[in-house]
Amino acid sequence: MLSPQLESPQLATDLRDLAQDIVRRAMNGGATAAECVVREGDEFSTLVRLGQVETLKESGSRSIGVRVFRGQRAANTHSSDFSRDSLDRMVKSALELSKITSEDPFGGIPEASQLGQISGDLDLYHEDVYSLPGPQRIDYARRTEKAALDFDPRIKNSEGGSFDAATGHKVLANSHGFVGEYRRSYCSMAAVPIAQAEDGSMQRDYWFSVARTLTKLESPEQVGRVAAERTLRRLGARKVKTAHVPVIFDPMVATSILEHIFEGVNGDSVYRGASFLAGKLGQKIAGENVTIIDDGTIPGGFGTSPFDGEGVPTRQTLVVERGVLKSYLLNTYTAKKLGLATTGNASRGLAGTPGIGPGNYFLQPGLRTPKQMIGDIKEGLYVTEFLGHGANLVTGDYSRGASGLWVSGGEFAYPVEEITVAGNLKEMFLNISEIANDLEFRGAVAAPTLRIDGLTVGGE
Amino acid sequence: MEKQSFSEKQRFFFDHYGVTENDLERYLSAALSAGGDYADLYFEYLSSTSLSMDESMVKSASQGISAGCGVRVVSGERTGYAYTDDLSASRILHAARTAALIASAPAKTPVAGFQKTAARSLYPITLPSVDAEITAKLELVMRADKAARAYDPRIQEVRASYSDELRNILVVASDGTLAEDSQPLARLNVSCIAKTEGNSARGGSGGGGRVALDFFFGEKTPEFFAKEAARQAILQLDAREAPAGEMEVVLGPGWPGVLLHEAVGHGLEADFNRKKTSAFAGLIGKRVASEGCTVVDNGTMPWRRGSLNVDDEGAPTQETVLIEKGILKGYLSDKLSSRLMGIADTGNGRRESYEHIPMPRMTNTYMLAGQDNPEDIIRSVKRGIYAVNFGGGQVDITNGKFVFGASEAYMIEDGQITAPIKGATLIGNGPDVLTRVSMVGNDLKLDEGVGTCGKDGQAVPVGVGIPTIKIDRLTVGGTAKKDTGGFMQ
Repeated sequence: MLSPQLESPQLATDLRDLAQDIVRRAMNGGATAAECVVREGDEFSTLVRLGQVETLKESGSRSIGVRVFRGQRAANTHSSDFSRDSLDRMVKSALELSKITSEDPFGGIPEASQLGQISGDLDLYHEDVYSLPGPQRIDYARRTEKAALDFDPRIKNSEGGSFDAATGHKVLANSHGFVGEYRRSYCSMAAVPIAQAEDGSMQRDYWFSVARTLTKLESPEQVGRVAAERTLRRLGARKVKTAHVPVIFDPMVATSILEHIFEGVNGDSVYRGASFLAGKLGQKIAGENVTIIDDGTIPGGFGTSPFDGEGVPTRQTLVVERGVLKSYLLNTYTAKKLGLATTGNASRGLAGTPGIGPGNYFLQPGLRTPKQMIGDIKEGLYVTEFLGHGANLVTGDYSRGASGLWVSGGEFAYPVEEITVAGNLKEMFLNISEIANDLEFRGAVAAPTLRIDGLTVGGE
Repeated sequence: MEKQSFSEKQRFFFDHYGVTENDLERYLSAALSAGGDYADLYFEYLSSTSLSMDESMVKSASQGISAGCGVRVVSGERTGYAYTDDLSASRILHAARTAALIASAPAKTPVAGFQKTAARSLYPITLPSVDAEITAKLELVMRADKAARAYDPRIQEVRASYSDELRNILVVASDGTLAEDSQPLARLNVSCIAKTEGNSARGGSGGGGRVALDFFFGEKTPEFFAKEAARQAILQLDAREAPAGEMEVVLGPGWPGVLLHEAVGHGLEADFNRKKTSAFAGLIGKRVASEGCTVVDNGTMPWRRGSLNVDDEGAPTQETVLIEKGILKGYLSDKLSSRLMGIADTGNGRRESYEHIPMPRMTNTYMLAGQDNPEDIIRSVKRGIYAVNFGGGQVDITNGKFVFGASEAYMIEDGQITAPIKGATLIGNGPDVLTRVSMVGNDLKLDEGVGTCGKDGQAVPVGVGIPTIKIDRLTVGGTAKKDTGGFMQ
C-alpha cells in the first residue's frame, strides 16, 4: 500500500533533456559557460516506539539548479518549481546575477578534457529498497526496537526503532557537452533504547545498519541487541579526575579524527591558509602507521559515484601514506588556485558553488584487535561518544565533551561521562600510537579503533 | 509601526496559486478519509538570496525558490506525513491520501469554516530584503571585507557573507485553524583569519533577524560585525592554553545564553517529556535552578530571529515561563503533545520546511536580569574563567549532559580578568547546572541574531540571551598541565 512509483526510464530521459535544455538556454542568453544539475528523490521513513507506529512519512521531490559564467563572473540559481515560467526565470536571474559578481581569474567549469565518468556497474542502485510492502517495513522497525527492549529488563523506554528507504537520481549537464546521470538507493534501520538505573538516572545510545540493498542489511535483531548493549554499558556513569592518559577512540568516534584530517586537506581551507595542514605536502603529519585513502570508485560504496559534482570522473587518491601528506582533496576551483589538478572531489548541492566532499574515505587498518590494544592500557579512556564540535582547523586546538568507558589494568572498569578530551590536532595525528584491524564502512568515512596518546581528560 | 505590510502579504497562496477555502476543505477531507483525530496542511513558498565576498571578490551570488505543501494526519500518537513540491490539486490530494494511511477507521469530517488566527505584526517590513536591490547587499559584504582588513594588518583572510529569505506560509487544519504569515529573515556574517609568522587564529561575528535591509545600514552595520570578527582573531593570536577541570565560570551577557538553550531548553520540549526520555521528566514544580534564575522562551519579540507571528501549526507564539525563581514551571509544547499530555499549546510547534513534521522547538530563550553588578561578579572569583563568546553546543537530553564551546574566554585570577585563553569546551549536567548559579547580573542581553538550532535533522532559527552569571562549578575542557600553570585538582 505504501510503495511509491519508481520513475520510468522515459522520465529519466526527460530530465537529461531538461538539464541540457537549461544549459542551452543559459548559453543563448549570454553565458560563456553553464552547468545544470537536476535532482530527484523519494523517501520513506517509519518510526515505531514501544511497539506502536509513531510516524510514517513518504514523499518524493525534485529540484533543479543552474550555474552560469559570463567570462570569469559566476552566479547560480535554483528552483523546486519545474514550470516553464519558473525555469525561464531561474535562467534569467542567474544571468542577471552574474553581472554583479567579480572577475575571478580562477573561475570556470572544468576543461572538456577533464570531464567524463567511470564506466561499469557501480552497484549503487537496488530497487529492492522499496520492494517490501508497507507492513513489512514497519515490521523491520518494530523488530529492531523489540530486540533492544527484550534484551534486558533495565531497558525500560525507547526513542524507537526505525526503518528508512530512499532513492536519489542525479543528472548533470554542462556547456562542454557533458551529460551524466546516476541513481543511488539507500536503506537503513536503527534502534535508540533507553536504560534506567536503580536511582532513576537514564542513559540512551543507538545502533544502526545501513546498505544500498535490503539484502545487505544486518538483521533487525542484531541491530537491536547491539543498541541495547551499547546503552546498558553506560549505566552508572561517573566523572573522573582530570588526567593525562592514553585515549582509545571506538570506530564511530575515530571517524571524527579522520574527518578533521579531511577538513585539513580540503582544498578550500588549504588555499585560504585556514588549515594547519596547508603547505605540508610531502611532509610528515602523522605516524608511520597512518595511511589514508579517498576512493570514489569502490562498487557499492556509500561515497561512490561515476563522476563528481562537476562532471569529473571519480578516482582513488592516496591522501596520507605512512604518515606523509601526499595529496590534498580538490575540485576544479581549488586545484587552479593551488596550481594542482582536481582530484575529482567536487560536491555540488543545488545552491551555491561546488564544495569538496569525500568519496569513500578511510584509514588503513592495523594488525591487532581492539581488545589487544585495550589490553595494553593500565589507566586510560575508551571514548564512545563526543558532544559538541570543538576542533579548530586553523590552530589545531581540540576540546570536546566525551563519554565512554574507563580502562584499568587492560580492561573496561566503569562507564564515564561529563568529561572533556583536549589536545591539539597537530600533535594528535603524530600521536596516533596504534590502529586496530576493525575497519568497517557504515558511511562514506570509516576508521578502525585507534589510540592517541598525550591528551588531557578533563573532569573533576 | 506606521505601515502594516503583514495584511498585504496575506492571501499569498490564494492569489498566486488560486487556492480556495473550498479546495482546502477538500484536501483536509481527503487527509481524514481513513479517520484520524486531526489533519493539517502547511503551504510554503520560500525565496532566498545569498552573496559572499571572499579574498575581496564576490565569487558567488545565489538565488532560489522552494515551494511545496506538507500534509499531516494524526491518529492518537501516530502521525502520517507526506509532501509535494507541486502545488496542483491532484498532487496535494495524492499527498493527503498517502498521509491518511496512518489511520484505519471511518472517514472524519473537518470542522466547517476556518477561524483565522488573529494577525500580529512582529516584523512589519515594507520591502522584504529578498526584493531589495542586489547592489545594496553587495555593498554590505564589500564594506565588511574592507573594515575587517583595515582593522589590523595581521588580518589576512576575510570572508563576508550575506543571506536573506522570505517565507510565505499558509497553515490550515481540521480544527478550523487558518493562519498565514510572511516571515523575513536576514543575516550578515564575517569570519577572518589573523596570521603572524608561525601563528594563526580565527574570529567570527554576525547578526541579523527578521529585519529589512536597512537594519544593516543603521543599527548594526557591516563595520560593526567586521571589527568584532577581526578583534576576536587578533585576540586569539595571544591566547594561552585553557585550564582543565572543575572551576568557577563566569558567563558574559548575550550569546552565552546558548547555555540555557542546551542545558535546559531542549530538555523542556514537551515531546521528550511526554515520552519520558528527558532528564527533566517529572521535575515540574521542583527546584532545578537557584533562586535568582528565571528563564523564559518568548516568540513574540519584535524583529528577533527566533520570533514568529504564528508557529508552523498556525498557533500564535507567546512568552512561556520555563523556570521561575529556580522552580521548573512548564514545557514548550506543540499541538500533538498538548493534546496527549493535557497541557497548553505554547505555540512552539515548528518545522524546517514543508518536507518536515512539526515538533516542539524553542524560539528566543533567555534568563531574566538579576541584581548583581557584572564587575562585582568578576571580582568575586578567585580562580576561574570568564567566557564571553561561544561557538555552538549540544545536549544528550536523556542523561542531561550538555556542552558548549567557548571561543573567546579569559582567565580570572584574584578577581581580575587576565590573559585570553584558547577555545575550550565546557561540559555540565542540565538539571543541576543552574542550581550552582550564585550571582545573576543586571545586564541581560540578547544575541545578535545568528542562532540555528538542530533537532532530529531539522534546522530552525532561534535566539538566546542571558545576563552575566556566575556558576560556582563547571568542568572546563582545556589542555593546560600542572607544570604550565593550569589548574588541577
